[in-house]
Amino acid sequence: MKPQPKALTFLTLLSALFLAGALAMVFLYAPLEAVMNYVQKIFYFHVATAWVGMLGFIVAAVAGVLYLIRKDLKWDIVELAAVEISLVFFLIAIVSGSIWARPSWGTWWTWDARLTTAAILELVYLAYLLLRQGIEDPERRARFGAVYTLIGGISVPVTFLSIRLWQTIHPAIIGTASAEAQGGFDMAPAMLHTMFFALIAFSVIFATLLWQRIRLGKLAEQVEQMKLKISE
Amino acid sequence: MSSDRKGPTPSSRPPASFSRAVFAVAWKDLAAELRSRELLSAMLVFALLVILIFNFAIELAPSLRPTVTPGVLWVTFAFAGTLGLNRSMAIEKDRGCLDGLLLAPVDRAAIYFGKMLSNLTFMLIVEIVVLPVYSLLYNTNLFVPGLLGVILLGSIGYVAVGTLLASMAVQTRTRDVLLPILLFPVIVPVLLSAVRASGGFLQGLPMEQIRPWINLLAAYDVIFLAVAYMVFDQVVEE
Amino acid sequence: MIKVRKLVKRFGLKTVLRGLDFEVRTGEFVALLGPNGAGKTTFLRILASLSRPTLGELRVAGYPLPSQAAAVRARLGVVTHMPLLYGDLTAEENLRFYARMYGLGQADIRLAEVLELVGLSARRRDLVRTFSRGMQQRLAIGRAILHDPEVMLFDEPHTGLDQEACDMLDRILREVAARGRTVVMTSHDLARVEDLASRFDVLSRGVITASAGRDGLGGNLLDFYRGALAG
Repeated sequence: MKPQPKALTFLTLLSALFLAGALAMVFLYAPLEAVMNYVQKIFYFHVATAWVGMLGFIVAAVAGVLYLIRKDLKWDIVELAAVEISLVFFLIAIVSGSIWARPSWGTWWTWDARLTTAAILELVYLAYLLLRQGIEDPERRARFGAVYTLIGGISVPVTFLSIRLWQTIHPAIIGTASAEAQGGFDMAPAMLHTMFFALIAFSVIFATLLWQRIRLGKLAEQVEQMKLKISE
Repeated sequence: MSSDRKGPTPSSRPPASFSRAVFAVAWKDLAAELRSRELLSAMLVFALLVILIFNFAIELAPSLRPTVTPGVLWVTFAFAGTLGLNRSMAIEKDRGCLDGLLLAPVDRAAIYFGKMLSNLTFMLIVEIVVLPVYSLLYNTNLFVPGLLGVILLGSIGYVAVGTLLASMAVQTRTRDVLLPILLFPVIVPVLLSAVRASGGFLQGLPMEQIRPWINLLAAYDVIFLAVAYMVFDQVVEE
Repeated sequence: MIKVRKLVKRFGLKTVLRGLDFEVRTGEFVALLGPNGAGKTTFLRILASLSRPTLGELRVAGYPLPSQAAAVRARLGVVTHMPLLYGDLTAEENLRFYARMYGLGQADIRLAEVLELVGLSARRRDLVRTFSRGMQQRLAIGRAILHDPEVMLFDEPHTGLDQEACDMLDRILREVAARGRTVVMTSHDLARVEDLASRFDVLSRGVITASAGRDGLGGNLLDFYRGALAG
């Protein structure tokens, strides 16, 4: 087994530092929002986790297409890693969104386009994992997985558009006007700085997790190879 | 070698043309179904049951009908559709027929379009039966030309993705349960726009309000027919 | 007619075929023997263009695989232990469907000919669902020879057949072979193939370990087979 590469160790430490830095900025640097007070602080991490989910979604779709073209199982490992990370971070984004929504709009859930699309995307990911689970042959699993991420990669943005279209034609169902439902409030420069720092911090965390997960996938493959060698 | 028995040209027999193969596949599905009626009767009975259950589950009061009807109809079509898609692909898998299709010297996409065409036909037959029954039971006029157009567009999108995913689902260990789980999250745009467009026609909304949904449906159909055309051989080949 | 060089097939990490070499001349009838799990079916599926080789060169009926798969498929007839037929279509309709898929134009005469050959003329209007296993297998052979293929592949065609059906199958196989077609047939039933094939190859642990013509067996097939597995 190869030891963890130095760059990865560095990146892992860097993520921890960035996360601590982001927390410090959220609580010490960013001013308290006038109306929502402390609840607003969840906003920084909510946006950042949704951003990571988005990154994972894009990486998974690209890796899927690359697998279908190249037929190299390493892209399958990348795809699975990206899906798992995206699944977890969108879940965090949805939960933190709900926590944010409860005090500000008086409801845990609104059928906002972004929130709904994120929820549907979670279902696409769960279906993807179930699909993989039902296939023994690693190559077929990779092919079907890649085809499904491709279909999801196209249909989810269309889903987002169609929900948007639905809401512009229909008035918002929940009492609040839609501008406020987009999370609109005046952002002080310090808030903006904090948000961008959180975005950078979580991007580093995303890179670290993706790398770690790909490395794990490759190690699992080696273990399988060794098992086969023993049984032969 | 081939040349000493079959004349000088390397392909002495022209391969079956694309459209011929498409219609051959669709024809054999329809001919078999005409005889057994297994798939259609299951879809139809199930569709009628769903409509009946909706009657108890949500009060289909006359005042609510115009707004609820499109939703009830599309949920019914979608549920009955998975039944048909699953069965249609299971037939190919049971006696190894999928291998038989793959052994034929035709483009794999022709097999996809043939299956898609027969699935679409089954879907449309179910819809043609369900519509008058629903009209009768709930005293709602559903014979609006626009609505029929929406149903056609929506069914094409549904079957385009459904045929592709069903041919993946039958090749997995969990084939009986997997299809709806794979299919429903990715056909949200079809269901959403089909429900909205159908509702628009039933409520007699102006065309400007319906057109965006029609455009969305048509775009979805084109995109996913193209995607399925490109990836189908990846799904059936080893 | 068939030429295979250094064929490797992996399923993920598992290697089933490991650098297999194989060659069949026109008109040969090769019985491919080997224990279960030796890779016989996998090998035949690759020859049939149903499965892609991981590495190696293949030519079947004069065309490379998988790059010119459609040309190979047009010249190939395949029979497996699955009949590849539709139960809700009649024998005739099944054949007509496949005739269309192979681009045969007016196929009525050919259909009648094939049904006669496999002894199913009397039942051509009956649903395949009502056929016995043996009749289905005969129709499956009819399906495979419909387009007059140059190469025929049989994967354990005797599986699940009773004695009578097996004899009938053998008669048809001989007839097929007598028409100068190249045949490769897998089997684990030595007694069945002993009188059928003109050559015997043993596939074991992913390679051909022995090959001998009918005259080169040196005694009987069983000894040859055991020797090939042991060596």
